[in-house]
Amino acid sequence: MEPALIPPAAATLAGFPARLVFLLIPAVGVGLFAWILRRRIEPLLRAAPDDRFNRYGERVAAVLRLWLAQARQPRYLLAGVLHIVVFFGFLILGARSLQLVVLGFVEGFVLPGFGGDFGAAYHAAKDVAAAAVLVAVVVLAVRRLVFRPARYAVPERYGKDHTPEAILVLGLIATLLVSEGLFEASLVAAERQLGRPVQGLVPLTLPWALAALLGGVSREALQALHLAAYTVHDLTFFFFLCFLPFGKHFHVVTSLFNVFFMRLDPGTVKPVRHGVGEAGLDALETFGVKRFEDFTWKHMLDFYSCADCGRCSDRCPANRVGRPLSPRFVSIKARDLCFRRYPLRGRPAAAPEPLIGGIYSEDEIWSCTTCGACEEECPLGIEYIDKMVDLRRGMVDDGLVPQSLQKPLAAIEKRGNPWGKMEKKRGDWVLGVGEGCRVKGFDKGEQAEVLYFVDSITSYDDRMQKIAQAAARVFCAAGLDFGILGKDEKDSGHEVRRFGEEMLFQSLKEHNTEAIRASGARWIVTTDPHAYNALRKDYRDLPPVRHASEVILEALSAGRLALAPEADGVRTCVYHDPCYLGRHNRLYGAPRQVIDRLPGLRRVEMEGNCRDRSFCCGGGGLMLFYEPEEEMRMGVVRVKMAREAGADLVVAACPFCLVNLEDAIKVAGLEGELEAVDLCELVDRKLARPGGPGAANGQGGMA
Amino acid sequence: MTAQVFAFIPHANSRIDDAAPELAAAARQLAPGAPVTALVAGDGAGVEAVCAEAVRFFPEVWKFAAAELAYPNAELLRPLLSRVLPRGAIVLFSHNTLAMDLGPGLAVKLDAAYLPDIVAFEAPEGQVLRAVRQEFNGQVSTHVACDLSGGAVITLRAGCFAASEPLAAAGRVVDRSADAQGLAARRRFLEVVPAEVGDVDITKEEVLVSVGRGIGDKENLPVAEDLAEALGAVVSCSRPVVDAKWLDKSRQVGTSGKTVKPKVYLALGISGSFQHMGGIKGNPFIVAVNKNPKAPIFQVAQVGVVADVLEFAPVLAEAVRKAR
Amino acid sequence: MNILVCVKRVPDTAENEIEVRPDGTDIRREDLVYSVNEWDNYAVEEAIQIAERTGGTVTVATVGDADAEEVVRREMAMGAQQGLMLTDPAFEGSDGRGIAEILKAAVQRGRYDLVLCGAQADDGAGQVGGMLAALLDWPYASLVNRIEVLEGQRLRIGREIEGGNQEMSEIELPCVLSIQTGINEPRYVGIRGIRKVASVEIPALGASELGLDPSRVGRAACRVRKLDYFVPPAGAGAEILQGSPEEIAARLVDLLKAKGGLK
Repeated sequence: MEPALIPPAAATLAGFPARLVFLLIPAVGVGLFAWILRRRIEPLLRAAPDDRFNRYGERVAAVLRLWLAQARQPRYLLAGVLHIVVFFGFLILGARSLQLVVLGFVEGFVLPGFGGDFGAAYHAAKDVAAAAVLVAVVVLAVRRLVFRPARYAVPERYGKDHTPEAILVLGLIATLLVSEGLFEASLVAAERQLGRPVQGLVPLTLPWALAALLGGVSREALQALHLAAYTVHDLTFFFFLCFLPFGKHFHVVTSLFNVFFMRLDPGTVKPVRHGVGEAGLDALETFGVKRFEDFTWKHMLDFYSCADCGRCSDRCPANRVGRPLSPRFVSIKARDLCFRRYPLRGRPAAAPEPLIGGIYSEDEIWSCTTCGACEEECPLGIEYIDKMVDLRRGMVDDGLVPQSLQKPLAAIEKRGNPWGKMEKKRGDWVLGVGEGCRVKGFDKGEQAEVLYFVDSITSYDDRMQKIAQAAARVFCAAGLDFGILGKDEKDSGHEVRRFGEEMLFQSLKEHNTEAIRASGARWIVTTDPHAYNALRKDYRDLPPVRHASEVILEALSAGRLALAPEADGVRTCVYHDPCYLGRHNRLYGAPRQVIDRLPGLRRVEMEGNCRDRSFCCGGGGLMLFYEPEEEMRMGVVRVKMAREAGADLVVAACPFCLVNLEDAIKVAGLEGELEAVDLCELVDRKLARPGGPGAANGQGGMA
Repeated sequence: MTAQVFAFIPHANSRIDDAAPELAAAARQLAPGAPVTALVAGDGAGVEAVCAEAVRFFPEVWKFAAAELAYPNAELLRPLLSRVLPRGAIVLFSHNTLAMDLGPGLAVKLDAAYLPDIVAFEAPEGQVLRAVRQEFNGQVSTHVACDLSGGAVITLRAGCFAASEPLAAAGRVVDRSADAQGLAARRRFLEVVPAEVGDVDITKEEVLVSVGRGIGDKENLPVAEDLAEALGAVVSCSRPVVDAKWLDKSRQVGTSGKTVKPKVYLALGISGSFQHMGGIKGNPFIVAVNKNPKAPIFQVAQVGVVADVLEFAPVLAEAVRKAR
Repeated sequence: MNILVCVKRVPDTAENEIEVRPDGTDIRREDLVYSVNEWDNYAVEEAIQIAERTGGTVTVATVGDADAEEVVRREMAMGAQQGLMLTDPAFEGSDGRGIAEILKAAVQRGRYDLVLCGAQADDGAGQVGGMLAALLDWPYASLVNRIEVLEGQRLRIGREIEGGNQEMSEIELPCVLSIQTGINEPRYVGIRGIRKVASVEIPALGASELGLDPSRVGRAACRVRKLDYFVPPAGAGAEILQGSPEEIAARLVDLLKAKGGLK
C-alpha cells in the first residue's frame, strides 16, 4: 500500500531528487562534527598524562550509577527530575532521529531490530518521551526566564549571563520535537483523509494532538508540511550536533567519557606527574600547573564536560562566604581559555599564557579548603581538588605563596610544626592528662600496641591539646595500650601537600613513616581526620589507621567504657561531619553511634547539610593561617545551621572543626546558646569517674 | 671624664621633641659636671624657636641655620657634624628614624664607637661605659662595654631615661650657621607622603589600645578610640572584631593578623586567646581590662583590671588627660 | 644594575622563648634553628625585582662560617645569581664596624651599582649598612620601603619614618640602602628550589683575598664589647588593681608613664 504522502527519500524539490539534499545534509553535518571534535581533541593530546585506563569494572559501575542512572541528579530535586526526563528522552529519541536521518535517502528505513512488536512499542514510547521532554523543556525555559534560580547567575567578574545559550538550546530541542511531531502528524492526517485507520497513536502526545489539528488541511498542504518538517528536523539535528562542542552542551557528548574516566578514590591527591615516581621528582623541570597545557587530559575533559549547572558552586563553602572562588567558573574560565587557545580555524596559540594572573587569581586558588563538596555534587564527575593542588604546586614552584602561609611552611620545614615551636615540647600536652592515665612515649624507648598520631596542631595549640588529653583519658579508660611519638613526630603534611608544597610533604612523610615503623606499633589511632586521611591516603605501607570515633565505638560496644549516668538533663546535639572524615573517608556512622550511646543527649541532624553534604567549618591545617578575602566565616554559617537544627551542642570529630566552630560561636554571638565540643571531649565528660575531679576537665569548652 | 658631650636635638614643627630633656639628663649622667652642648639644625623661624626651647635644658646650644637644613637630611647632617664636632666627642641622639639614618655613618666619619638603642647605662668608670641594650625583639638584654676614649655616637631609646628638669638659668645660643654653609649631598629630600587615613601600621606603634569582643558593639568603638587619642595610641583589635567588620583587617593582632611589638598593650575586652597573643611580641607591658576575672589574658598581662570596658575606659581616658 | 645584598644567618626566634645560658655568656642555642634575617630576605627580593626590571645580576654575600652558607644558598634559590662567602677565622667576633669593613672590601672587589642590607638583624643595632656606606663614601638611606629606578644613575626612594609616614628622596648611584620589611612580598623558597642550587659553587674569600688588614676586624678590633646576656625580670600573672575606678585609673596612669605608654 502506498503511503498517503510521498516520503522524503522519494520526493523531488523543484524537480531535483530530494534524497540528494537529504544525503548531503548528514554528510556535511557529520563531517563538520568530526572535524570540530578533532580540533577539540587537539589540546588533550598536548596535555599532561593521566592514569585512567585502568579499573574498568569500577569505571563501568560509575557510568551505570552516575551516567545511566543519573544518581546525583535528584539531589537537586526539580532540576534533577527534569534532567532525568530530558536525558532519557534523548536516549529514546536518539534512535528515532537516527532513523529519520536515514529515511531521507532510504525509503521505509527501519533501524535494525526496530521492527515488529518492539518497533510498535518503541514508536509509542518515543511519542510519550517527546511529549515528556517538551513539557520538561517548557518548564526549564520558564525556570530560566521567570524564576531564575540563583545558582545560574553569572557574577559580573565572571562575564556575561549564560541564559541566551540555555534558551537557544531549549529552543533547538523543542524544534526537534515539534518538527518530528509534525512530520508524523502530517502523515497521520493524510492517512485519515484516505479513510485508513491509524493505530498506536498515544493520546496527549505531539503526533496525536497535531494530527487532530491538521484534520482539515489539504493533502497538498500536508505533503508540503511533511517535507518541510522533515527538512527542519534534519537541519536542526545536525546544527544542534555541531553546536554542542561550542559550549556547556558539549556534556551531551563528553559526559559518558567524563564519568567513565572520573576520579575513583576520594581523599587522595594526584601525583605531581603521572608516570614519575617520588624518586624522579627532583629531575622534573617544572612542578604543577602553570599554563593550560599543564593540566592532564582528564582535567581538560572536565572543562569540556561542565554543564554549567552551578551545583558545585552552590555547595562550595568558599563561594558561599564570598571568597573569590567559584568552582563552576574554574571550569568555565578554563574552557573559554581553551577555546581561545585552540580556535577551530588557524593554528593553536603557541605562546604560553600563565593561568595565575590570567584567568585565575592567586587568592582564588588559595581560597579552596579542599572540602570536596563540589566533587561530591557534580553529576558529571568533574574533579576540582586535584586541579587546585596542581595549580598550587605551580604557584609554590614560582614562589607565589602568600606571606601568611610562608611562615608556617618554613616553620614546618625547620621544626616539623607550623609555629616553629621546639620539637622537644611536642609531647608536653601529656602533662595535662591528669592522674590515672599515663601516655607512653615511643620516643622515650617505651613500647605499646597502638600509636596515637597526634599531629602538630593538636600537640601544640593550647585549646586543641585538650582534645588530645581527653582522648588519652578515654583510651586509658578503654584499656588501650597506646603511646605517642613525641618529639619524633612531625606534621603529617596533609595540608602541606594540599597547599602544593609536595617536596616538603615528601620529606615529612619519609620522616614519619620511618618513625612509625620503628615504633613497632600494631595499629594507629588519630583524633585528627586530616592526619587520618594523610596516613591512609598519602602514606604507604603503614599499620592500619583508625579514627578515634571508631575505636571509641568499639570500646563502647564491647562494654569496655563505663559511662556515668546523666544527672544534668538532656541536651540537644548535632554532629558536624568533618570533611576529611565524612566525604573523603565515608566515615559517617561511627561518630553518630558513639553520640547515640552517650546518656543525656538527643541527637538531631542539620538536614540537607549533613553527611556527604556537610558544610566545611573553614578548613584546617595551613588554612588556619591563610587570610582569605571573605564576607563571612564558614564557621558562622555552620553554627547557624546547627542552631537552626535546634541544637545547643555541636559535636565535631576534628580539632580544626572544633576551633573554627568555637570561634564562630563567638562571632555569631551564640555564646551561651550553643557550645562546640570534640567527640573525644564529650565522651571524656561522660566517663564514669567515681568522685574523681577529672570529669571537670572537659567542661572548659567555651573558654 | 673630659670628653665633650653633645646632644642632637630632635624637633618637628618648631618644637623640640619630648626626647630632648631625656637627652639632657642622660648627658649629665654620662659626664657629670662636664658642659653639655645641644646641637640644633634647621632653618628660619623654626630653628630659632627650637633653640629658645633647648636653652631651657642645655647650658649651650649650637645653632646651625641653613636653607638646606629645613628638612633633616642625614646625608647633609653627617658631613656637617663631622665638620664641627671635636675629636673624641660623645654625641647623643634619640633613637629615631633620623638617628638610624645618621648615626652609624657618623660614627665611622668621627672614627668613634657606635652604641645604638641604649635602654640604660651605668655611670662610667674611667673611659668605659657599661650600657644595656636589647636583642631578639627585646626578649633578651645584654650589657655592652664601650671605650669612650675615641669618642662615641650613642642613641638612646625614647622613654627609657627620665627627662631633665629645666635648668635654673637658661643656656646660651651660639650661632654656628657659618659652618653649615655649602653643604651638598648625593641624596635629595623630595617630600613626606603622609600615611593614608585608615592605613595605620599597628606593627610599628609603641602603644596599642586593643579591643576585643568585650566591647560588645561597633557603636562602642569610640570609647576605645577616645582612650587611644588620650594616650597618643592607636586602636588595634582581635579577630572577632574584624570578623564582625567593626574594624579593618589591618588592625587585627594575632597569628592570622599582624604581629605587633608595642611597648604598652592595653587589652580591652580581649579574652587573650592563644592565636591573639601569638601576634604580640617583644614583651610589652600588657594591661588587661576584662569583666571576666578568669579570662586568660590575666595570665599574660602585667596588670589587670576586672571591670566592664565600657565603664572603665572613659574613666581612664579622663585620668590620662588630667595627667598630661 | 649589579646589586650586592648583604645577608645574615640568625636564630629563628619567632615562637620560642629565648633562654640565656646559666653563665650568661650567650643565649642557649642548642635548640634553636637558624634562617636568613627577615629584613635581609626583603632586601634580596627587592634586588631580584630590580634586576628583573633593569637587567643585571644579584649577588648575595654573608660574613660567617660554613654554617652560614645555607642562607646564601637559600637566597640563591630565590633568584640571586651569585653567592659570596666572606669567611676567615680572623673575622670572628667582629662588631658592626668590623663587619662593615669586611663588606667594604668585598664591595670594592666587584662592580656594584647598589648595595642592599636589611634594616636590622637579631641584635637590633641597624648599623652595618650605614657604616658600610660611610666607609665606601657612598650615599646611604635607612629604612627604605620603596625603590624606583630613574634615568641617569638615580633612584627615587621612600623611607619609613615616624607615624607611618614616608619620606621620599632621590639618591645617586652607587649607594647603600637598608631595607625595611613590607617593601615587597618575598617569594617563597621551597625545598625544591634549594635542591636546585645545592651543587652551585659559592666562592669563599678570606682576609688575604680581600686585602683586609686583620687588625681592623675581629674581636680585637671591637669598640663595643658584649659582656653578657640576661633576661629582664618578667611579671608572673597580672597584678589585679583594686579600688574605685578612679583610683585604679590613677594608678594605671602612673604605671603607663613609667612604661612609656604616656609621653
